Amino acid sequence: MVMEKVMTFDVERIREDFPALKSMMHGKPLVYLDSAASSQKPEQVIAAMDQVYRTVYANVHRGVYTNSEVSTELYDQARAKIAHFINASTPEQVIFVRNATEALNLLAYSYGRHFLKEGDEVVLTQLEHHANFVPWLVLAQERGVKLKYIPLASDGTLDLSTLPELLTPRVKLVTFAHVSNVLGTITDPRLIIEPAHAIGARVIVDGCQAAPHMPVDVQELDCDFYAFSGHKMLGPTGIGVLYGKPELLDAMPPFLTGGDMINSVSMEGATWADVPAKFEAGTPAFVQAIGLGAAVDYLTALRMDAVREHERELVRYGLERLSELSGLTLLGPTDPSIRGGALSFTVKGIHPHDLGTLLDREGIAVRTGHHCAQPLHTCLGLTATARASFYIYNEPREVDALAEGIEKAKRVLHK
Amino acid sequence: MEDLYRENLLDHYENPRHHGTLEHPDITHEESNPLCGDQIRVDVRLGDDGTRIAEIAFSGDGCIISQASASMLMEEVAGKSVADVQKLDRQDVLDMVGVPLTAARVKCALLGLKVLKAGLYQYLIDHQQP
Repeated sequence: MVMEKVMTFDVERIREDFPALKSMMHGKPLVYLDSAASSQKPEQVIAAMDQVYRTVYANVHRGVYTNSEVSTELYDQARAKIAHFINASTPEQVIFVRNATEALNLLAYSYGRHFLKEGDEVVLTQLEHHANFVPWLVLAQERGVKLKYIPLASDGTLDLSTLPELLTPRVKLVTFAHVSNVLGTITDPRLIIEPAHAIGARVIVDGCQAAPHMPVDVQELDCDFYAFSGHKMLGPTGIGVLYGKPELLDAMPPFLTGGDMINSVSMEGATWADVPAKFEAGTPAFVQAIGLGAAVDYLTALRMDAVREHERELVRYGLERLSELSGLTLLGPTDPSIRGGALSFTVKGIHPHDLGTLLDREGIAVRTGHHCAQPLHTCLGLTATARASFYIYNEPREVDALAEGIEKAKRVLHK
Repeated sequence: MEDLYRENLLDHYENPRHHGTLEHPDITHEESNPLCGDQIRVDVRLGDDGTRIAEIAFSGDGCIISQASASMLMEEVAGKSVADVQKLDRQDVLDMVGVPLTAARVKCALLGLKVLKAGLYQYLIDHQQP
């Protein structure tokens, strides 16, 4: 049993698949600790897209010639793979978008503007990424919808004891991050979805930091919508996914309009194509979707529970190793079992940008700043933090390199 | 790592020149870089004819690059004519800093100059002869 686990999750072998991990930064071997921003890509994903461009590439849909049909077939297969990956009951529930940001904007524009009216309330959380903040702020300003926030508890988790008070009959929509991109906090979506459904609200889960890192079963969660980006899960940029329940997707008006999303068009009007085409106006990023399909194949072969296990172990080691460093403050939950693979921290007397620049010189890539979560940083009384984030190809020795890099930065800056 | 944050740069950060605020300044201007929270205020007292920087001071908070480059800039412009200061550009500041910076960090380095120039500009507009 243990042996089998080791066999299926061999980080050295995994690293062989990622050409960019062999690159150097400032003459040092790259230590890539920024996968929460975007992951590196394996040969299998690069090859899947390269293959399409070199062989059967032709625009999808409507073409009656062979290559167009093959491209369409590959696009449809990718959709089916992703539906299977998140256990959607049908491929049609998977809408391809540019990224989670577009998915959430689609929901704010299409669902929000169609179903919400003045006086209705939307519940968010204090730890949302700007992608799940700003579309709702705009909707609130435009439509007189009121926004309410699930507050952060002092341990970096959401204070769900506030839910009975927040979930009033005016609440029509609840939207939150499955995993925080700053604190790493994993929220069990069912703890919010069940009470929200009980008052008749619909629920959106921003799965950007979850879908790449752990098993996600949208039917088990019973969420109404689930959004994530392909580029954070080994896929290319420019492709993301919006999952939705069919009755909701059917009832929603289109977001973008144009080619490929219509049933018929006359001088007087148009009727819409069925889901998912209704939400995929224009030539889709089908090569990128095929790339994401290959990424999902790669992750599925590793098994998502093994991916999660690997990252939990890295986070456990990271928490242990970094907490040994004087002047370093780790943010977020201290229990690795409720933490995704992101470790944000501050170092006393060192601005995160200086730290990031100094680590860069050691070949270590970490992200610094507010990580598109300014309201959260305001709650924490911080302007910026440094964040190291892990994925399938990271190793404990890279945590060691980070710790040594931080110590070196402290020495250089006399801290 | 050591070569980037040279002693000169660190010295300016740890012992900033012309640091603080002025009483009765002719110009006070403050700006921040919202992305990283760097913040700089510059106070200027002009000489009697209003064409020379008699006294200058900066205060603020932020990363080493932003604060050290502001300190270097203060040293550079103290006593200079307003006309000369207006001629300073991005490259002058980057030359003062003297270490290679990525695009994101160039913004930090230029914050002091941006604040100083914006303050001078506003002063000149406010004191234009009709």
